[in-house]
Amino acid sequence: MKFAVSWLREWVDTPLSADELAHRMTMAGLEVDGIEPDGDRLEGVVVAEVIEVRRHPNADRLSVCRVSAGDGDAVDVVCGAPNVVTGMKSPLAVPGSILPNGFELERSEIRGVESNGMLCSAMELALGTDADGIMELPADAPVGVSLAEYLGLPDVVINIDITPNRGDCFCVLGVARDVAALTQKPLKGPEMHIVPATIDAVHPVERPEPEACPRFAHRVVRNIDPKARSPLWMTERLRKSGLRAIHPVVDVTNYVMLELGQPLHAYDLNRLNGPVRPRYAKAGEKVTLLDEREVALNEDTVIITDDSGPIGIAGIMGGLSTAVSDETTDVFFEAAFWPQEVMAGRARSYAMHTDASARFERGVDPAGQARAVERAVELLLDITGGASGPLVDDYDEELLPDRAAITLTAARLRNVLGADIPAHTVTDILTALGLEEEERSDDWSVIPPSYRFDIAIEDDLVEEVARIYGYDRIPETTATANMPLGPVTETFVDLDQVADALVARDYQEVITYSFVDERADQRVSGAASELVLSNPISSEMSVMRSSLWVGMLNVAASNVARQQERVRIFEIGKTYHGSRDEPVEIVRVGGLVLGLAAPEQWASDARAVDFYDLKADVQVLLDMAGRPDGCDFTATEHPALQPGQAARIMHEGTLLGLVGKLHPSVAKSFDIKCDAFVFELDAEKAFAAEIPLAKTISKFPVIRRDIAVIVDDEVTGAQLARVARSAEPTLIEQVRIFDVYRGAGIEAGRKSVALGLILQETSRTLTDEDADAVVATAVQKIKQEFNADLRE
Amino acid sequence: MQALSELIQQAEADIAAADDLAALDAVRVAFLGRNGALTVRMKGLGKLSAEERPAAGQAINAAKGKISGLLDARRNALQDAALAAKLADDAIDVTLAGRGTGRGSRHPVSRAMARIDRIFRDAGFGVRSGPEIEDDYHNFTALNIPENHPARAMHDTFYFAGGNLLRTHTSPVQIRSMVEEGVPIRIIAPGRVYRCDSDQTHTPMFHQVEGLVVDRGISFANLKAVLHQFVESYFERDAELRFRASYFPFTEPSAEVDVLWSAGKWLEILGCGMVHPNVLENLGIDSREYTGYAFGMGVERLAMLRYGVDDLRTFFDNDLRFLRQFS
Repeated sequence: MKFAVSWLREWVDTPLSADELAHRMTMAGLEVDGIEPDGDRLEGVVVAEVIEVRRHPNADRLSVCRVSAGDGDAVDVVCGAPNVVTGMKSPLAVPGSILPNGFELERSEIRGVESNGMLCSAMELALGTDADGIMELPADAPVGVSLAEYLGLPDVVINIDITPNRGDCFCVLGVARDVAALTQKPLKGPEMHIVPATIDAVHPVERPEPEACPRFAHRVVRNIDPKARSPLWMTERLRKSGLRAIHPVVDVTNYVMLELGQPLHAYDLNRLNGPVRPRYAKAGEKVTLLDEREVALNEDTVIITDDSGPIGIAGIMGGLSTAVSDETTDVFFEAAFWPQEVMAGRARSYAMHTDASARFERGVDPAGQARAVERAVELLLDITGGASGPLVDDYDEELLPDRAAITLTAARLRNVLGADIPAHTVTDILTALGLEEEERSDDWSVIPPSYRFDIAIEDDLVEEVARIYGYDRIPETTATANMPLGPVTETFVDLDQVADALVARDYQEVITYSFVDERADQRVSGAASELVLSNPISSEMSVMRSSLWVGMLNVAASNVARQQERVRIFEIGKTYHGSRDEPVEIVRVGGLVLGLAAPEQWASDARAVDFYDLKADVQVLLDMAGRPDGCDFTATEHPALQPGQAARIMHEGTLLGLVGKLHPSVAKSFDIKCDAFVFELDAEKAFAAEIPLAKTISKFPVIRRDIAVIVDDEVTGAQLARVARSAEPTLIEQVRIFDVYRGAGIEAGRKSVALGLILQETSRTLTDEDADAVVATAVQKIKQEFNADLRE
Repeated sequence: MQALSELIQQAEADIAAADDLAALDAVRVAFLGRNGALTVRMKGLGKLSAEERPAAGQAINAAKGKISGLLDARRNALQDAALAAKLADDAIDVTLAGRGTGRGSRHPVSRAMARIDRIFRDAGFGVRSGPEIEDDYHNFTALNIPENHPARAMHDTFYFAGGNLLRTHTSPVQIRSMVEEGVPIRIIAPGRVYRCDSDQTHTPMFHQVEGLVVDRGISFANLKAVLHQFVESYFERDAELRFRASYFPFTEPSAEVDVLWSAGKWLEILGCGMVHPNVLENLGIDSREYTGYAFGMGVERLAMLRYGVDDLRTFFDNDLRFLRQFS
């Protein structure tokens, strides 16, 4: 809602400057989004009259104008505007003046003709967006007077963001009401006259569905002068509110809407066919709107009809067939009350948003229709002359919003605000807001005004009092609270700690969007997600991710493109699964590494990162959850991972996550050309922690015995360690694999694995004989299980 | 026969001249060895008379003591020098880089979020979370935003076929938590939220932290206090706040909070208000008995202010060079 401060001042007298007003409005909930000076750079621009227009001798598109600016002789001005004609009045910038765009005018010669200034367009003077021709001023504009003085400039234009609850402030009157309450000044406003009817003309209106249209006020005006133009004071106010002057009838409806908040519609009376009937649209009906768009109507939409069919959509836009034009002489004005529930969401369902729909959706004063029609008739007759019929204000009282009395108690006010506001201050505020009140001993009984749709319960009144009183005057009081100690779990690892562990291992945290490219997601997860957005921002962000890897792969690729050759990243966030109606969200911790295992360093050989680097990182995370018996990594297959370098991480039959080398074809699809390794853990499972239970540490020395066995390549280290340990689980404290060898001396398809058995007893020192026996059993078992040879 | 004093002088000179441990040992042998000069003298004591013997013996012992002292001192000196020389050979260039990996970094948004979390946790707030794929009821209806309410238009919601949506704010967690735990309640709910909007100052996903306190006797004055304390704690400095009237369907009264930033500029940092009685009553909570406040803050905004980030979109670019600054 944009309006000139000068217009506001017509409604409320306040000594406050525009800036101070803007501050007060903002604090009270009318958020000022912009405050712009208007017409503040017009020094040297005067009203001038074009006395004569000649063709420029040397340029087809230019003319040489003889221009009078009042003082002294007329001067020649070269002008390129197509609309310049003899006798017109227009702003002239004289030599030496500086235009708002910074252009400094000089007396100059244009194609051999001296030009003594410039006739200006609205755009050049920052008085509008019209740049097609020079600005045309009314014929009675006084020649020689400074343009600023003539237009009553400079002014200030304030733009406020109207919150959805304050439809009543969608007009100068509404803003003025709040400003009056804030500044404790009376509301005044222009003098309005109800013009008595001079003819009997009334156009018939029928309301077959009164619930949809509880009030419909209308009046006929005949014999207007179709050549009349809207007065400058009106077009200037419209301009400052961002509207262009179009036609007196249209200008008047716009003006009244901005002034009083009631959208009106004007029809060319002679183009109406029979009675006007607002009603719900029927299936298959269509209407061509003022913007020449043909719209197929929904049955939930209230429309205006006559005998010809639909002639407009109620509260959104009028139709083309009955629109006023330059030939219109007879006008039918109407102002309706369309209930919020009839309007809600309708404009949006036609992808429309109009000044009228914005107001009706938020609620228009159900008592303001007649006043708006009267005001429009008064203004129009002033401009165009003519004769008007009587006002018809047709309504069903019982269908208009009911404003029930609300009681505000001093106790509630104090409890909710935590402030003691004196009773007389409360009374003053309520009165100033037009809340008819009845002060009783310790409370107020209030009937909200018809234009306030946002006051229904006691706390709404609390807010009204608070915002006018000033939120800044409410004290700050620290609440006392009952704070029983809550549970602090040790059975789940705090994910902040997981993040810190990864950071300590040189990972950088990234945050990527939860929605990703549908095909990329499918490529990585192997399945199509059902969780597709109906209205995505773009196709690259159209489906909820089922893995963290897609986002991280994109990050890795873009960073490699930025010459980051070593990438180590992680993300903690949700992945999304299940169906649209029963989605499942899983918190995951994912990581990706590529490039060197360690930063290039003078004393170490540079080495590319590999599976076991990543596995060590993952192991550290898993170890945070305790699990003395460890997790199992088992070879697996996964669409995103290279076969043979992919593992599932299992614990007691539960899948905790995946780790592996990114499949080269997947890497290629993300434009990643080097080996990349990824992991992903299901946080809830992987970080469900076991609380450590201490065991006695043996004080007897350990014995280590090393053996080397030759087994088939397929035999895994985990299998060997498990079987070795099973030889004497109570004595074998640990099995370490300290070498794996393939090559010379070992037949193809086999490998030598060296195991270190760490033996210890808790009650005595083990003897060599004990150790020999254990090792012999272990070797025996391995031989049996895996067709192994002992390597001597 | 040489006088003892001359022998000592000789020894002193030889010790000083010995420049390694072997030479020094030769000196020891020459004077104190089995056939050393002083050993020989000692052996010769037998030839002296009983009267002369004690004094002469004493003198020889004194000379031996002196020379052995000198030998020890020289030996220590030579050993020290040898060690020093060896250590000098071991000297390295301490300016060269260490071995192994460095340290990574937390994302600045996570860092800010962890900070906010910490501040409220320390003040006894519990931390709750809720689903990001929400239903209409929790995201809107239960928050006093019925269907077709104009406030819905402010929310630019992402939808799924069938009616579910991506939560547009963390406020649904208010509803879920009150249903689950009842009141009194004292929580924050951090998390991702989504709006169908993307330009220089909007990303389609961002983070919010919701706060909710409902108890007997909770007032707007309490809300003002907690947010003022939060802002001062978060920025670690005194802060001037401005509460201005605003509108959220689920709070009444509602306010937006600006903080006075540099050069008299007010920056909007969060929205808040007293929990709307309709929200409480819908959940079966007596709004006469219980009052509460709620607030919601944008984490990216707070991170930008705290860490001097001037473009919101940088957070989701994930340029490692940018992120590395937050280790």
